[in-house]
Amino acid sequence: MSTRPADTESAVRSTAWRERLFTTLQRRGAIAVLILVVAVSALVFDNFLTEQNLENIVLQGAFLGLIVVGMTFVIISGGIDLSVGSMVGLGGILAALTVQFSWPLALILPPLACGLLGLGNGLLIAKANMAPFIVTLAGLLGIRGLALAFANEKPIGIDGGSPFDWFGQGQILGISVPVIVVVFAFAVGGLVLARTSYGRIIFAIGGSEESARLMGLPVDRTKVIAYTTSGALAGLAGALLAARLSAGDPNAGLVWELDAISAVVVGGTLLTGGVGTMSGSLAGVLLLSILQNLINQVGTLGSYAQQVVSGFFLIVVVVVQAYLTRKERS
Amino acid sequence: MDREATSNKFLDISTVTSWVRGRGVYVAFVVLAIFNLIVTPNFASVATLSTLLITVSPIVLVSLGVALAIGTEGIDLSVGSVMALASAFLPLYLGYGWLVGLAVALLVGALAGLVNGSLVAFVGVQPIIATLAMLVGGRGLAQIFAGGQSLLVTDPVVLWLGQGRPFGIPAPVIVAGAAVLVVWFLARRTTFGRYVVAIGGNRSASYLSGHPVRRTLLAVYVISGLLAALAGIVATARLGASDPSNIGLLIELSAITAVVVGGTPLSGGKVKIMGTVMGALLIQLISNTFIANNLPFTWAQVLTAAIILVAVYVQKGRGVA
Repeated sequence: MSTRPADTESAVRSTAWRERLFTTLQRRGAIAVLILVVAVSALVFDNFLTEQNLENIVLQGAFLGLIVVGMTFVIISGGIDLSVGSMVGLGGILAALTVQFSWPLALILPPLACGLLGLGNGLLIAKANMAPFIVTLAGLLGIRGLALAFANEKPIGIDGGSPFDWFGQGQILGISVPVIVVVFAFAVGGLVLARTSYGRIIFAIGGSEESARLMGLPVDRTKVIAYTTSGALAGLAGALLAARLSAGDPNAGLVWELDAISAVVVGGTLLTGGVGTMSGSLAGVLLLSILQNLINQVGTLGSYAQQVVSGFFLIVVVVVQAYLTRKERS
Repeated sequence: MDREATSNKFLDISTVTSWVRGRGVYVAFVVLAIFNLIVTPNFASVATLSTLLITVSPIVLVSLGVALAIGTEGIDLSVGSVMALASAFLPLYLGYGWLVGLAVALLVGALAGLVNGSLVAFVGVQPIIATLAMLVGGRGLAQIFAGGQSLLVTDPVVLWLGQGRPFGIPAPVIVAGAAVLVVWFLARRTTFGRYVVAIGGNRSASYLSGHPVRRTLLAVYVISGLLAALAGIVATARLGASDPSNIGLLIELSAITAVVVGGTPLSGGKVKIMGTVMGALLIQLISNTFIANNLPFTWAQVLTAAIILVAVYVQKGRGVA
């Protein structure tokens, strides 16, 4: 008799423990996978852990990473931003066009202009109540068109020698400037998301927009700020990329919106909104860029196989997440 | 409510606006066609019309599948990559006869759709992610199977599908037209079509009413895969060669645009087949107008974006009210 309650109690405790494990795996799974992948790669590939290679990996993910920070906010709020890839192209072109007049302008104008376009996205979504997918799809088409039109459909070279180059190619204590910028963006983004009332409101909107509204939270303003930030970061990424490559390419950032969505989803953020972490998104970006790096290391696999592996990887992660979420619910 | 207040006895504005709202895509197309009649030289010619219809055919084919997917509150981003897959496989099996080549290409499309559909219906993956993975991976697979190169297609039957002109009508137009009729019939006159709309309207209600939700979703993505494969075959036949790197590239964006401009809401529960066809014609006519008048093509993209926003903004009123 006396053992029974203890049995149930331990059963309850063990299911609670398992539930917590599943939840942790789903939310922090990307970091676990990241550590695993790094460990295995370090054992299998001799030159994986070299300074040069690690820097390549981080630099490869840096420009995408800036977009991912904004995308994480947008997706947790229950929306999506398809226009960021085109904004990278436009940002680069604006930087290349203005750098000859004044290099600070080349750094400030792209995030400003793309931030304004993001503001437009946000206003249409929040105030006119249009679907984020459609609004930003129109942005994807229209902004790419603008970038191509401004550039006459050709890349624009940037003459070296101005301080602008430093923002793409310079180093502080041996670390590339774009990497420092993206680390800063992730740190600020993570803090805002987890530690401020703005972050809480983003989660509330993603969980249930109607409830958030009824609670009197500033839903519209919060959403507009999220899309504006996403646009400004994409413009900044475009400017830094142009500084890195010494050219503004109107086709830069093509399909990056899809890579960014993949990174966010791989990081454990649910596309339905309301659930997600900035650290997960960071792990997602690093995973995607390590994946690419590993495929380059193997060497025999072409760029085609790279796409197949990326697609397959995305599906595996999402299927595992779907399984864990279902476990969690039942 | 406001709209009723503004209506007067002589000209019922609300009736007019709601009529235009429902048929905005037709109105826009007619306006643009009239504009072209005035501005574009040689617009009213058989050659211009047939060029428009031939170039729009692959877009119409994939848009039909995307329209069904959107009707279920899903989406199919993978159509362009499925076109590339079909294009890659078509020449590989033409050695066994045109029938085998076509069958294999269609089968590959159906398989891709089956993978999408299974992930959506049975695993519960969101359609945008499931088909995004296929978008990324599918084209890579296509290029691997094609060995990264484009192969010539010489089979006369297959080439006819892209270049033939029975009774003066281009074969791609006939293929697309037939597909439109079949999908229209499926969507409007069969229980399958009703299930599609019911699932898009309210999936749990549909499930509780005993509708075969999973089977319907699976079928929708398989049909979309088949239509995309057909589009890939037609595009390959028109080129006379497979081209897995470029065939269908970014066509998913045109398809989604066509569907949405045509009046199918992204929130599902409604499928407009004829609207979708008109949407595809409209966006193709926009780019043709720019090309014919030697205007920079990139501005056509900007105009298309503006039209999407206007179309969706105008239609929104109806959906909400």
